[in-house]
Amino acid sequence: MISKNFTTNLYLGSFLILVSLIDVTLNSFFKLNFTNFLPGSISFFLPLILGTIGLYLIRSDYTGLKQLDILNKNVNTSNFNAVLTLLIIFLIIKAIPPSMSWMILDANISGDSREACTGTGACWTYIKVWFKRFMYGMYPNELHWRINAAFILVIVLGMAGLLATEKLKKYLALYYVIIYPIIAFLIIYYLISGGAFGLEWVETGAWGGLSLTFIVSFFCLIFCFPLGMIFALGRRSSLPTVRYISIGYIEFWRGVPLITVLFMSSVMFPMFLPEDFFMDKLVRVIIAITLFEAAYCAEVIRGGLQALPRGQYDAAKSLGMGYWKMHIFVILPQALKLVIPGIANTFLALVKDTPLIFVVGLAEIAGMLALAKTNPEWLGFAMEGYIFASIIFWIICYAMSKYSYNLEAKYKTER
Amino acid sequence: MSQPIIKIDNMNKWFGDFQVLKDINLEVEKNKKIVVCGPSGSGKSTLIRCINRLEEHQKGTIVVDGNELSENTKNIEAIRAEVGMVFQQFNLFPHLSILDNCTLAPIWVKKMPKKQAEELALDQLKKVQIDDQAHKFPGQLSGGQQQRCAIARALCMEPKIMLFDEPTSALDPEMIKEVLDAMVTLAKAGMTMIVVTHEMGFAKEVADEVIFMDEGMIVERAETKEFFANPKSDRTKLFLSQIL
Repeated sequence: MISKNFTTNLYLGSFLILVSLIDVTLNSFFKLNFTNFLPGSISFFLPLILGTIGLYLIRSDYTGLKQLDILNKNVNTSNFNAVLTLLIIFLIIKAIPPSMSWMILDANISGDSREACTGTGACWTYIKVWFKRFMYGMYPNELHWRINAAFILVIVLGMAGLLATEKLKKYLALYYVIIYPIIAFLIIYYLISGGAFGLEWVETGAWGGLSLTFIVSFFCLIFCFPLGMIFALGRRSSLPTVRYISIGYIEFWRGVPLITVLFMSSVMFPMFLPEDFFMDKLVRVIIAITLFEAAYCAEVIRGGLQALPRGQYDAAKSLGMGYWKMHIFVILPQALKLVIPGIANTFLALVKDTPLIFVVGLAEIAGMLALAKTNPEWLGFAMEGYIFASIIFWIICYAMSKYSYNLEAKYKTER
Repeated sequence: MSQPIIKIDNMNKWFGDFQVLKDINLEVEKNKKIVVCGPSGSGKSTLIRCINRLEEHQKGTIVVDGNELSENTKNIEAIRAEVGMVFQQFNLFPHLSILDNCTLAPIWVKKMPKKQAEELALDQLKKVQIDDQAHKFPGQLSGGQQQRCAIARALCMEPKIMLFDEPTSALDPEMIKEVLDAMVTLAKAGMTMIVVTHEMGFAKEVADEVIFMDEGMIVERAETKEFFANPKSDRTKLFLSQIL
């Protein structure tokens, strides 16, 4: 109920909060301080004091005013919460002007040389000039269409599953686990690498930038998942040999750092191979990351398998299903649904681990950045580069986690 | 006397050091309905789980429909396909619709064409009166409906023997009747059934014989009427006095 007294408090409180917000805003945007007649420290803390008093005045039990109730319930439950709320709001207001002026107002994007960057803000010209390198690495400029075409083909083929009719649906898993990776590999190999069909050969050392991030992540993701599934099942197998091999595999790969695995794949591994046997560095790196991440996938999937009640196994067995039928139709569909968040976690980590391939001389987007920032023409723009790369990685990872939420929602059935 | 469809000879089973089943001898003829009762922990469930080898026995022999169950049994799946089982906790597959629950095994184990399997499933669902729920998911059904679906699912494999492991113990009292009705109908149709249950009304109505188990042993086995009218062992008398 709103008493007359409370109405007065409400107006007074709102006024005080408004004053405090205006004070901070004027202060940070226009360098104005209309309380400068007060001593320095009081003037500095005045908005916080006024705002806290204001929030104290408008705090009350249920009032029936929707916005006010939401405010009181969520951010204004006690004096301590009120102070924290105000501090965060003030910090955001204070942070806007400097970041805005660095990123946009004082920044440069025109021109195509370092001389164009005259302002005190960011130099986006740097990103613009190096953009193609960040995307395609050292791949020859006139051949970029081959990378684009390969990606478009792979994406289109990946979406082919959506068109499958009811009759073809049961072959979808087969398509995605076996056929699709092989086709995708052939497309990437022949289109981007070339060397056949009249396409000029481009060695993998020249690949780089974001396209390399995509290639490495893509192949590692689609190969490590089925492999992880096999080891998860293997670890729960009743056959001792299978079980111990799986345990050994998982514990070995989980116990070594990825960076040493990458070094081994590029430095040590070729020593064990016969003289005339050649395996491309990129292929070795993809295999190394796949084997590494498969161990993590296996443990995540095993978590899902553990979570299923024994009754599901009993029921499937009692209907006459053997090991594989039971797992394919009853156990795995339920277990995989349970582990979507965990798998998404592993996959995100994998994507963010790809910059490590820099240690063996492959420069994906973060690697290109490291190269570009040491270019004598363009010294001193590391900040812009890393912000750019962070944004790109964030977009990729956010898209992936969004997709995993969608999958969760899609396969949710009542229990 | 016809050939027994289930023949258990001197069977023993241990969980670790603990002996759950001691010297079990049991013969079940075709079309007979047997009710197994006894206090909890007496090994009733373990006994019927041994019959389709969800549990492995360590000593003695079990012969089901002419096939001996042992570690060397290659066609254990084929034997299980002939022995239907209904569980206390229903154990429906929550990711599949009721209809898919019923057609999964016929299609993939018996290689039945999908259409035929669906017709069969709808037919069986109709018999337990939940054909109108066929496209829902198990989580959307009541306990009684789920258990009737589980019975239909087992029947879709057209088994020779049906095992029931306390089918009504997890149900609300008012749902028990609908499940028991479905089981009575099945019994009247001539199915060979072994039922672990505490529903003595059901035992009196359909069972040919009642087995009383305690501490892993078969204490008493008698014709139904005889069992309730003149129990021989003191342990049976005590149990009946508590349960009736």
